[in-house]
Amino acid sequence: MRDVAIIGVGHTKFGKWETKTAVELFAEAALQAMEDAGVEGKEIEALFVGSALPDFGEGQAMINVHCTSELGLGQIPSTRFEGACASSTVAIRDAHMWVASGEFDVVLVGGTERVLPMGTPLATRTFAMAMHAVSEVPAGLTFPGVFALVAMLYSKTYGIPLEKLREKMAHVSVQNHRHGALNPLAQFYRKYGDLKVEDVLGSRMVCDPLTLLDCCPFSDGAAALVLCAAEKARKYTDTPVYILGTGQGTGGAMGRFGEELIRPPSRVMSARMALKKSGLEPKDIQILELHDCFTPAEIIALEGMGFFEWGKAADAVEDGQVDIGGKIPTNMSGGLIGKGHPIGATGASQVCMIVEQMRGNAPKGNQVDPVPETGMTDTMGGSFGTLSHIVLGRSRR
Amino acid sequence: MEDLKIDENTDHYILTLKDYEQGLRAGKMLGLRCRNCGEIMCPPMPVCCGCGGKELEKTEMGGEGELMAFTITRVPPEGMDAPYIVCLVKLSEGPWVMGRLDHDPEKITPEMLGRKVKVSGAYAWSDKFSAGEHTCPVFKVIP
Repeated sequence: MRDVAIIGVGHTKFGKWETKTAVELFAEAALQAMEDAGVEGKEIEALFVGSALPDFGEGQAMINVHCTSELGLGQIPSTRFEGACASSTVAIRDAHMWVASGEFDVVLVGGTERVLPMGTPLATRTFAMAMHAVSEVPAGLTFPGVFALVAMLYSKTYGIPLEKLREKMAHVSVQNHRHGALNPLAQFYRKYGDLKVEDVLGSRMVCDPLTLLDCCPFSDGAAALVLCAAEKARKYTDTPVYILGTGQGTGGAMGRFGEELIRPPSRVMSARMALKKSGLEPKDIQILELHDCFTPAEIIALEGMGFFEWGKAADAVEDGQVDIGGKIPTNMSGGLIGKGHPIGATGASQVCMIVEQMRGNAPKGNQVDPVPETGMTDTMGGSFGTLSHIVLGRSRR
Repeated sequence: MEDLKIDENTDHYILTLKDYEQGLRAGKMLGLRCRNCGEIMCPPMPVCCGCGGKELEKTEMGGEGELMAFTITRVPPEGMDAPYIVCLVKLSEGPWVMGRLDHDPEKITPEMLGRKVKVSGAYAWSDKFSAGEHTCPVFKVIP
């Protein structure tokens, strides 16, 4: 297998896009990525698109075909990947494999989604389609509900009173909004930058104990990357970022997790797979972008990936251990909470944000100094149904 | 026009989802026991979720368990009316199941965590996407 490099990135602003379709948003991000890489359309050999619910967002199934056509890429192989919120991470993982295998030298990969056209009731309904439709949907479980249950179980398992845990969770929202407010691509750019713990606790209750400010927003947006065989990357860029390892794990209905719901084996397996392939351990990773769809999600992700012991990440977040200057800077882009969560685009966005960090191009206040040499993304689809991780580095293994 | 409906048993399901849901509507909590490793599971599967074994037998559970987590849903999906309580229950026989909790959403507190609950009914629901009705258990806290 060959090493693979990211040679270009593109990213639309996340937020409410009433003037562009998901295909147009993808094409915009893709053209930015191709210009960034200095790659012409005729050099792209295949397209990989993550998109979770375009069928419902705009009535557009098989969106990959229309993305390919929109970009004038001719008849090259083009595939849509669907892993709910992890759609574009599994797209990147597969794109990486196709280049690593030697089949293609240069490919385009990314994700796109428009969630806001659905409105809250339909978006809540369609997101729930990623759960076990016949047993969990009749119970009325929603995605905030999944993480409300996680928070409850975390409180019960580790003996942290729920009101104490809510304060610790609120720190996730405060930190991620502070960084999101500095990111011009974020949905909440220049908003909520001075949020306080009390604001999060006092916000409107969505699914007890989660308030609105414990939740990421509904978003529209797209992100894209150009991948290239590492041996040819220097032809295009002086600052390639290498994909050192990828992982993927699979879950099932939430009940099947039992007490492991706060330590999902699908995440543990995927993170270990990605780290093992990269030859690195958590202590070697210098920056994280992880799946903070709701505040407790960030806490259990930090533990599941091996960065903190079980039951300890809630304290770590409160102590500033995941901010700049802490043990492991996390979600410097604002994460899903501050930057927004156009679900199918999120995984590609996470990788773009780490690439910009490694180039030293992150906004002031978000840039880790010195620039990180290694980084890792964590993306979760459904209720721990699809987990995928990507380990990135400025140097080849 | 010939009736194309298929209604026959297949080779790998001892207990189907339809059987399981019919059980819920009749007040029974049906499940499967693995003859190889002893795991008890529901909703039903064709293989054991513990060891992958195929030697399964039907079992009826008591419907009692422990309230492991719950949430008051205030922002519902299209087609549902809020507020309502979703709960995650660990049945005495082992499996964890998702259901509704029959309790006043404005009067429930986190102190209810860990309380004993019992199946008190079933909640059946359908919409234009669900390919017919599906059912979850409804639990009630044992006083």
